[in-house]
Amino acid sequence: MKFTEEHEWLRVEGDVVVVGITEHASTQLGDVVFVELPEDGGEVAKDDEVVVIESVKAASDILAPLDGEIVEVNAALTDNPGLVNEDPLGEAWFFKMKVADLSAMDDMMDEAAYKDFIGA
Amino acid sequence: MAELNRTPLYDLHASLGAKFVPFAGYDMPVQYALGVMKEHLWTRENAGLFDVSHMGQVILRGPKAAAELETLVPQAVQTLKEGRQRYGFFTNEDGGILDDLMFANRGDHLFVVVNAACKEADIAHMRAGLETTSVEVITDRALMALQGPKAEAALARLVPNVVDMAFMDVETHASDFGELWISRSGYTGEDGFEISVPANSAEALAKCLLEDETVEAIGLGARDSLRLEAGLCLYGSDLDETTTPVEANLVWAIQKARREAGDYPGFARIRHHLTDGPARLRVGLRPEGRAPMRAGTPLYAEEEASQPVGEVTSGAYGPSTECAISMGYVGTAHAALGTPLWGEVRGKRLPVTVCELPFRPSSYKK
Repeated sequence: MKFTEEHEWLRVEGDVVVVGITEHASTQLGDVVFVELPEDGGEVAKDDEVVVIESVKAASDILAPLDGEIVEVNAALTDNPGLVNEDPLGEAWFFKMKVADLSAMDDMMDEAAYKDFIGA
Repeated sequence: MAELNRTPLYDLHASLGAKFVPFAGYDMPVQYALGVMKEHLWTRENAGLFDVSHMGQVILRGPKAAAELETLVPQAVQTLKEGRQRYGFFTNEDGGILDDLMFANRGDHLFVVVNAACKEADIAHMRAGLETTSVEVITDRALMALQGPKAEAALARLVPNVVDMAFMDVETHASDFGELWISRSGYTGEDGFEISVPANSAEALAKCLLEDETVEAIGLGARDSLRLEAGLCLYGSDLDETTTPVEANLVWAIQKARREAGDYPGFARIRHHLTDGPARLRVGLRPEGRAPMRAGTPLYAEEEASQPVGEVTSGAYGPSTECAISMGYVGTAHAALGTPLWGEVRGKRLPVTVCELPFRPSSYKK
């Protein structure tokens, strides 16, 4: 699993990359009450705003961590946004994307580096 | 940045794992380990303990205290019976609201509680406006609120007589924690109490209340969602110097005789709004989807309209209503219950309907 400075995690599953947010991020956000997923996926560029999540405190954007194509979104989050707090690294994945160049992930943090990054 | 003030309960909050935020010059707990959502729901089902020591506690003393306070607020003060409390607001010459407050008749004086962010201005305003009445600022007392259906039982363990208090009653009780000034009121839509306690025994009292398994410490985050569900205004968001009590839908808080006549600031404009109707009104708003419409969201009459007809002033997800809820101001023509409107969130127009306030029935002790 790889991590970004935006507190996202990326996991390669076959030919797609699954993206979610870290436990640290979900704790910082507080109770998530609303998740807005992209309606029709498609091509995205790195740092495009892809998902909006609203916690009890405020709205935040989830950015595309890489260039690629969104092929699936986790519709379960629409009805049950609280999953983001309950299981951020598992059931609460946000979207799956096809990425042309997986080597772009090589520069991302591994778990140890991410823990350093958040001062854990 | 100026150093933040701390309430007498700061160390207790820290020991309970509070997350702090700066609020009105104070370092205040926004949430504890439970988190905002669970703290909110706990208060609705059990009892929540809130530190509101940042608010201003003021005693007005003098034979003309009630008559003189009536020159600053549209409320009737002289008719307020001993042992009773009323909600009110200071108005300016335009009828705008300078702050909202609670005032109580405690026999030989009036006890006033004002918002933290406005307290310096309010105190100056009272000192300037009350000719013969002394304005004593209480700095050696903490203030806490105990709210929820189990608040009465929890407080009655320490002060048995509180079971006889009705909503908006105020009483003074001797206790192991010094003299307590208790009112049966709050800011959550629940039954409950606000308790003024000597600062040096505030922590002991709070700990004693928290020992009750029905009582949890609750932060400002849940305080905000609780008051919004209860349809209560937050000064600075839903009320300010430009909103009159009529626009704010607070006419109920102006006693009848004072609607007809009064020498309080802004009477003429308030009277005009009462007789001719204001141009805008505070309303409840129920977004159709789950997306919260927060403060600042512009409201439109049509999906394609270019000019907004209003704006959201408070908005959140209601943990008890289990839906997004907002309140805001809309032009009077759009204020009728059931009026469909559009709120613009992140560039998208989303449907929202004008609805009744509060969002859930309050359960005050009659």
